[in-house]
Amino acid sequence: MSTEAVASRSDAAWAERLRVCRERLDCRFPQVSDVFEACLVKAEHVLSVEGVDAYLDCARFLGRMGRGVEPVLVFLAEWPAVAAILGEDALPIIARTVQVLSKSPNGKAIAPFLQTLAPVARRLAAREPMQHYLDLTLELMERTSGSIHGIHKTFASPGLPEFFTHAPTLLNALSIAGLRNWVDYGIRNYHTHPERQRAYFALQSADSRAVLQRERHGTLLVDQERRLDLYLRALWHDSAPLLPYATDVEQVAKPAPYFDSCGIRLPDVLDDARGVSGQQRYQIALAHIAGHRRWSSPLVADNFSPMQRLAIEFLEDSRIDTLILRQYPGLRRTFLALHPKPVEGACDPATQSSLRHRLAMLSRALLDPEHGYHDAVLLDFVGRFARTMASGEASSEEIAQLALSYVARTRRQSDQLATVFFADTEVDYRDDNRHLWRFHERSDDEEMFDEPPRPAASAELERLPPRHYPEWDYHSQSYRPDWVSLYESLHPSGDTAAIDRLLEKHSALARRLQRLLDLLRPQERVRIRYQEDGSELDLDIAIRSLIDFRGGATPDPRINLSHRSNGRNIAVLLLLDLSKSLADRVEVGATGGEQSILELSQEAVSLLAWSIEQLGDPFAIAGFHSDTRHDVRYLHLKGFGEHWGELVKSRLAAMQAGYSTRMGAAMRHAAHYLAARKAEKKLLLILTDGQPADVDVHDERLLVEDARQSVSELDQQGIFTYCISLDRKADEYVSDIFGRRYTVIDRIERLPERLPELFMALTR
Amino acid sequence: MDNGEERAVTDRTQFEVREKPFYQPQRNEVALYEAAYAARLPVMIKGPTGCGKSRFVEYMAWKLGKPLITVACNEDMTASDLVGRYLLEANGTRWLDGPLTTAARIGAICYLDEIVEARQDTTVVIHPLTDHRRTLPIDKKGELIHAHADFQLVISYNPGYQSLLKDLKQSTKQRFTAFEFDYPDAALEAAILVEESGIDAHSAERLVNIGAAARRLKGHGLDEGISTRLLVYAATLIERGVAPADACRMALVRPITDDRDIRDTLDHAIDAIFA
Repeated sequence: MSTEAVASRSDAAWAERLRVCRERLDCRFPQVSDVFEACLVKAEHVLSVEGVDAYLDCARFLGRMGRGVEPVLVFLAEWPAVAAILGEDALPIIARTVQVLSKSPNGKAIAPFLQTLAPVARRLAAREPMQHYLDLTLELMERTSGSIHGIHKTFASPGLPEFFTHAPTLLNALSIAGLRNWVDYGIRNYHTHPERQRAYFALQSADSRAVLQRERHGTLLVDQERRLDLYLRALWHDSAPLLPYATDVEQVAKPAPYFDSCGIRLPDVLDDARGVSGQQRYQIALAHIAGHRRWSSPLVADNFSPMQRLAIEFLEDSRIDTLILRQYPGLRRTFLALHPKPVEGACDPATQSSLRHRLAMLSRALLDPEHGYHDAVLLDFVGRFARTMASGEASSEEIAQLALSYVARTRRQSDQLATVFFADTEVDYRDDNRHLWRFHERSDDEEMFDEPPRPAASAELERLPPRHYPEWDYHSQSYRPDWVSLYESLHPSGDTAAIDRLLEKHSALARRLQRLLDLLRPQERVRIRYQEDGSELDLDIAIRSLIDFRGGATPDPRINLSHRSNGRNIAVLLLLDLSKSLADRVEVGATGGEQSILELSQEAVSLLAWSIEQLGDPFAIAGFHSDTRHDVRYLHLKGFGEHWGELVKSRLAAMQAGYSTRMGAAMRHAAHYLAARKAEKKLLLILTDGQPADVDVHDERLLVEDARQSVSELDQQGIFTYCISLDRKADEYVSDIFGRRYTVIDRIERLPERLPELFMALTR
Repeated sequence: MDNGEERAVTDRTQFEVREKPFYQPQRNEVALYEAAYAARLPVMIKGPTGCGKSRFVEYMAWKLGKPLITVACNEDMTASDLVGRYLLEANGTRWLDGPLTTAARIGAICYLDEIVEARQDTTVVIHPLTDHRRTLPIDKKGELIHAHADFQLVISYNPGYQSLLKDLKQSTKQRFTAFEFDYPDAALEAAILVEESGIDAHSAERLVNIGAAARRLKGHGLDEGISTRLLVYAATLIERGVAPADACRMALVRPITDDRDIRDTLDHAIDAIFA
């Protein structure tokens, strides 16, 4: 029923209907009366008679549930719009969700839920995804509502109202599956932390945005960067850094690509549009920019009015596109798909500024010979443009002349109007043409201020800025982006003599190791026998071959030998777990003396370092401990370039135990150093006395799984990891992390002799 | 067994270039080569793969009317593969001349293709043939061969994949005069495609454009650009009725790269160029 019909109906009948409905609603809030009539008019317009009844019943229920007037008001106002999209029989599923919400401590979330229902419905556009959305909502509620005694949920979910508020924004960027992942991540990581949970669901925390970015639909520039760089080189003989700019999900108007002296700026993500994939859209945008870089020359902007500039930009863009298509005719289909096709006469020049519309039509006509426009001036200028371009590449100046005469010819009073007709006039693969203009005067403002004061130089940093590493979350089988902050520094120094004393204590062991080392030391030249070609004849084999030959058998032709020098080419990094447990004491030997694991580790590491120095392999030592994910410390004890000497010994002597074991991040950082070494084999030895754990992680498996993941990452980088565990109970987890590449040393007091032996066995 | 008879029966004609090979001179290299040959100076030809080095040598041999012995060098090649070796036979041993020896005896142009592939100790055996001595000592046999008056040594190598291991010794390099070849310029390359495959000029031009696009990626994931040889292959396929885009993918893109990004870029170039 249309509004006019309602108006024309006799007032008495309408008043009666209003009264019946108002009674059915049975709600005494005075605020409802103010808006009821308007809502009912809207509802009658969209809903059937039964639909209106159901609408009123549901509203009555909302009014009586004791959550104040707001839910009723919102529902009355919003439902007709939602029903128009989903159909009025979607009401029961919505009502059920509201019921569940009202029975939980989350009554406050009902109003935001209903408020954003219409935009959400507009996004999802169908019943099935809506059902998914509602399920997701209830799951979020279930998992984030707190309880004290474990039976009844007593605390409201802190994130739920925020989630409802941002749901339309989120759905703008995410598919329903992406939304589920995003919500899942938030629940898993913040269900115990109300403040952070709220920040996450309000899209205010950094990782909330990072995960959103990861789950976004569309083509990300970072994924395409290399390909586009190659594209630019191969097709355009051009190269420039490709830099993303953020296209905010909340923004309606997307900024255009542009280029400046720093490089080419492209949107960070492009969706598929008009049947053209995101990748192709990037390519076309890049082709257009490359065309400008090749063929456009800047003009002095001060000479032209803004409207003239607009016309010049449009025509210059058309010139560039024409030149591109001359060279790469295969791109025409994509260009035509991306260029909007303004409808002739869509814009009323009497009430709106139609210049943009006229220019967009001209631009379309210049690109598309089958444009089908009839405007005589337009056709005339299409011909003039073709004649200008027939002579060759033309130039920005010639195009500017043509544009000026076009503006003069089609000029209308209404071009000055403030309301500009925008529909179908934005060509989004084109850049903003800032390169085309050169300004003589810096500004029209009379008052010009000097350069803004430069910000004061930031205070000297006390330590190196952190490096961020991801962490593996085994629940979702995905990385938490930039989760761990790792600070690296040089280990403080102590008393060198302490280490010398330790070495002296093990002098007998050192002599034994020396013999082993001599055997391991690289032999200069090794003979390779059984060579078909070689530097010398291998007489034994040659005679044997000849006998074969004479005897009528096939002789072995591999009768030569050659030499090769046998160099060890292996880089080793020893990663020490410096967590608190290292300070534990163990009994040593039969005498019952006690020694801390730390001290034993120092002895073992000293011996190992001494041994490796003898062998001449590049070797580094580093320690790590962590105090939550925000502070993982990585301490250099010995660099690859340093020799085993006073400096290293003094750092080793100052070794101390403290904090926790966040192994994954430390391993990733160690890999960062090892990967940079040019060695055939790379070995990461990890000396630890316990399971990976940290104070901010409650799930025991999480850091174990993360360490396991980092081992497989290291594998992919060609780094061999090996764990030496001093934890007698290590069997429970160590094989999960390192597979079979570990040794558990039960008798910790034997560590000093076992460690170098192990190393030699590994690298033999 | 005496090998004097053996030598006498070496069939000189089998090494002759009978039909005129198609060669499109890029500059004055034909005249320069003729001058070098007249003085019997050893010649080195550098250039990327598939740019016409071997074709040029073949063409010159034909033009000068001399036999041509080509040896494709490889890592496993030893000095005896060039000079010759004793073969064991049931009742003794027999000497067999290698290609270099044969060329020196019959007065052929000996062309060692991709010489850097051979080990450095192998390449040293050519030294005495390349200076004023023009002799080849065969130490195993105790013979010193004086090269035939028509003998000339030509080597080729591709500096593209120069690595620490694969480079010529200075002492080898400094015995040669050298040509530096590159892919022909666009117009010339198109003409070559037309001549070699019979393709129309317009398609040839487009193929050359694709080649140019790929050559710009050298050093950015491609070790070498698309060679003229591959362009000829593509042109041949097109001439035989294969759709241009398919022919280009098959002959130009798939052979040279396994890198997906580069493959996609070149595929896109093909689609953009062949509308």
